[in-house]
Amino acid sequence: MIVEFGHFALILALAVALVQSTLPLWGAHRRNAALMAVAEPAAVIQFVLVAASFAALTYAFVVSDFSLLLVVQNSHTLKPMLYKISGVWGNHEGSLLLWVLILALFGACAAWFGDNLPPTLRSRVIAVQGMIGVAFLTFMLFTSNPFLRLEVPPLDGMDLNPLLQDPGLAFHPPFLYLGYVGLSMAFSFAVAALIEGRVDAAWGRWVRPWTLAAWVFLTIGIALGSWWAYYELGWGGFWFWDPVENASFMPWLLAAALLHSAIVVEKRESLKAWTILLAIMAFGFSLIGTFIVRSGVITSVHSFANDPERGVYILMILAVFMGGALTLFAFRAGAMEAKGVFAMVSRESALVVNNLLLAVSCFVVFIGTIWPLLAELFFDRKLSVGEPFFNAAFSPFAVALAAVLPLGAMMPWKRGEILRGLRPLVPALILAFSVGALVWAMQTGRTALGPVGVALGIWVVLGAGIDLWARTGRGAIAGRLSRLQRLPRADWGKATAHAGLGITIFAVCAMLAWKTEDIRIVQEGGSYPLGPYEVTLVQVDEVEGPNYFSTMALMEVRRDGELVSTLRPEKRLYPVQAMPTTEAAIDYGFWRDVYLVIGDPQANGGYAVRSYIEPFANWLWAGCLIMSLGGLLSLTDRRYRVAAGADRRSAAVPAE
Amino acid sequence: MKRLILAFLLVFAPLAPVHAVQPDEVLADPALEARAREISRNLRCPVCQGESIDDSNAAISRDLRLVVRERIMAGDSDAEVLDFVVSRYGEFVLFNPRPEGANLILWLAGPGLLLMGGAVAFGYLRKRGQGEAPTETALNAEEERRLQELTGK
Repeated sequence: MIVEFGHFALILALAVALVQSTLPLWGAHRRNAALMAVAEPAAVIQFVLVAASFAALTYAFVVSDFSLLLVVQNSHTLKPMLYKISGVWGNHEGSLLLWVLILALFGACAAWFGDNLPPTLRSRVIAVQGMIGVAFLTFMLFTSNPFLRLEVPPLDGMDLNPLLQDPGLAFHPPFLYLGYVGLSMAFSFAVAALIEGRVDAAWGRWVRPWTLAAWVFLTIGIALGSWWAYYELGWGGFWFWDPVENASFMPWLLAAALLHSAIVVEKRESLKAWTILLAIMAFGFSLIGTFIVRSGVITSVHSFANDPERGVYILMILAVFMGGALTLFAFRAGAMEAKGVFAMVSRESALVVNNLLLAVSCFVVFIGTIWPLLAELFFDRKLSVGEPFFNAAFSPFAVALAAVLPLGAMMPWKRGEILRGLRPLVPALILAFSVGALVWAMQTGRTALGPVGVALGIWVVLGAGIDLWARTGRGAIAGRLSRLQRLPRADWGKATAHAGLGITIFAVCAMLAWKTEDIRIVQEGGSYPLGPYEVTLVQVDEVEGPNYFSTMALMEVRRDGELVSTLRPEKRLYPVQAMPTTEAAIDYGFWRDVYLVIGDPQANGGYAVRSYIEPFANWLWAGCLIMSLGGLLSLTDRRYRVAAGADRRSAAVPAE
Repeated sequence: MKRLILAFLLVFAPLAPVHAVQPDEVLADPALEARAREISRNLRCPVCQGESIDDSNAAISRDLRLVVRERIMAGDSDAEVLDFVVSRYGEFVLFNPRPEGANLILWLAGPGLLLMGGAVAFGYLRKRGQGEAPTETALNAEEERRLQELTGK
């Protein structure tokens, strides 16, 4: 009964979404306040209905209702409760429901927090959000219905893919979707502004917090996914340039570009058409990502045939929304004239360079991802594009971005000078170069990646600090320190996010350059050296888990005879799906992770053991977290709260 | 009986997965082994979902890893090893598409777009720098009212 209720709520949500996407739009066109007023309750009701539907599906998973096809295919009575719940979105249909839930949530947020928007813009934003809802609700109800019943329920389910039975599944997809789908708000704002025919500083200020929020979620989501891959897949890699990973990375790059160009719209009323285009494309890449993940067309060219219906439907959604928005853009872009005048060397120009690098690097990832498809379609060549290509083609952009970042971030608006802008950064430049050179000298004969990463990391992190310090003006240290505390949160956010990027770049280079690997056969009781450590395979036991069998090793890591850590790497077998997984054991540390994997028993005794020392691994996730923390700080800046209408006191914001 | 064997294989095959690089594959000479690892990171497992033969657990990947090491021991250069594998499995196994023929589009797309975008951006920035007179758009009645409300006039 509860399941039918959920199914019905989903159908009702579609009806509400239809109303939400038409009446307010018509009302805004006719300046009819009553019709426009439909927008807010509709958005809230749609959210409540989808939430009810989601709750019903979750309930079915929790009580293991095997009359539901989806539960049979993805659950099992023995599965731990955490994975019963996160298993709701560990499959196509359920994750789509989560997608739609978050979409409806953003629509409702626009209704709740949109008080300060002009009424016509608000109705249009909510209406466009409703249209996306209609598209995805019909997609779900017609091709991917999670509420299909079975006539004869089986006794037990087929269990969830063991790789997904991990706490990572509980957190990674929700954050990722909050980011992906959050970009729909930027899209809705862009389309609404195009319909409205008006883009001004206020629009830039309204759209920026939504983009920033989406970008923060996307950053956390991608970092969580990368960390999950790092500890779960068992060879210590953290990024594989897999099409599905690229699908999340492309919107991230464009969202980063968008939140920078929106600053120019907000402060200088320039780059309007470009910003609108970015907002459209950022969500476009979210849709492309959805297509890549759900049609299976790119990971394996042949699985498209498995489910042409879904792939074609998403392509249609993509075509309608991108086609519609871009046509609208073509008609209206000419009307958006820029106001601000600025010199070739200025903050505005620096942000244009930032946008150019981010947008082109996104394009490089895009073409690399779809090239196998294009090559087969047009040139009849079956080929692959993988890590070596992306490393070669993408890295130069990342390096260039990091190299110009500190200089651009301190450049004054309107007019600046490169040499003058460089002056406060000289200490950072000298330190970055000398430490980089020192590292280079110390590790002769190894890849240049290490020293380059060190130099870029120092340059960007110190540059962010100097930027913040320079904001305090001149005078005595004490005065500047007290001013430092009173700087707007946006300044702190900017410096924090930039520093986080520097740390991330350093950690990526360090992990790629200085990883130590060891593969060998070890007898029970045997020891072997690993870098500065001595690792002992004490014993190997057979253990039984709730829904798996495990071969669990007990290993001790010693340094100079002192016990550093006791680790228990496992090899698991999930009998329901007959699938083995490796569970690496990791000793997390500030400077390095010790990463141990137990392999197969060997014919003449002993086990295959793989060990890694991963330098600065935690700096990578920390860097991403600091980046998103910067975004959050910026999001809590006073002027957004003022803009959101939460603070009505007269605010004398100094002109910048 | 045949069916029984098949069922047996299906049930027990996953119990004995061949796992990525095995200790018995590793070459004695660390320099040669490093070359083998570098090469096999660039080769795609023909039957997996986008894994390199270095990471893959499939039996065919093990065979390929052994082939790579055999060729290295026989004195092939890195390029010759890749040519050898490509001649048997096609360019599908190369993770790094060779910059030739249509693949030039792939390799030049990024730099090309950067140049084009750079030129457009440069033109735009130069135009902005020449100081066009900004044109003001008038406020509508609603905004006039709101402005008066805010300024208290």
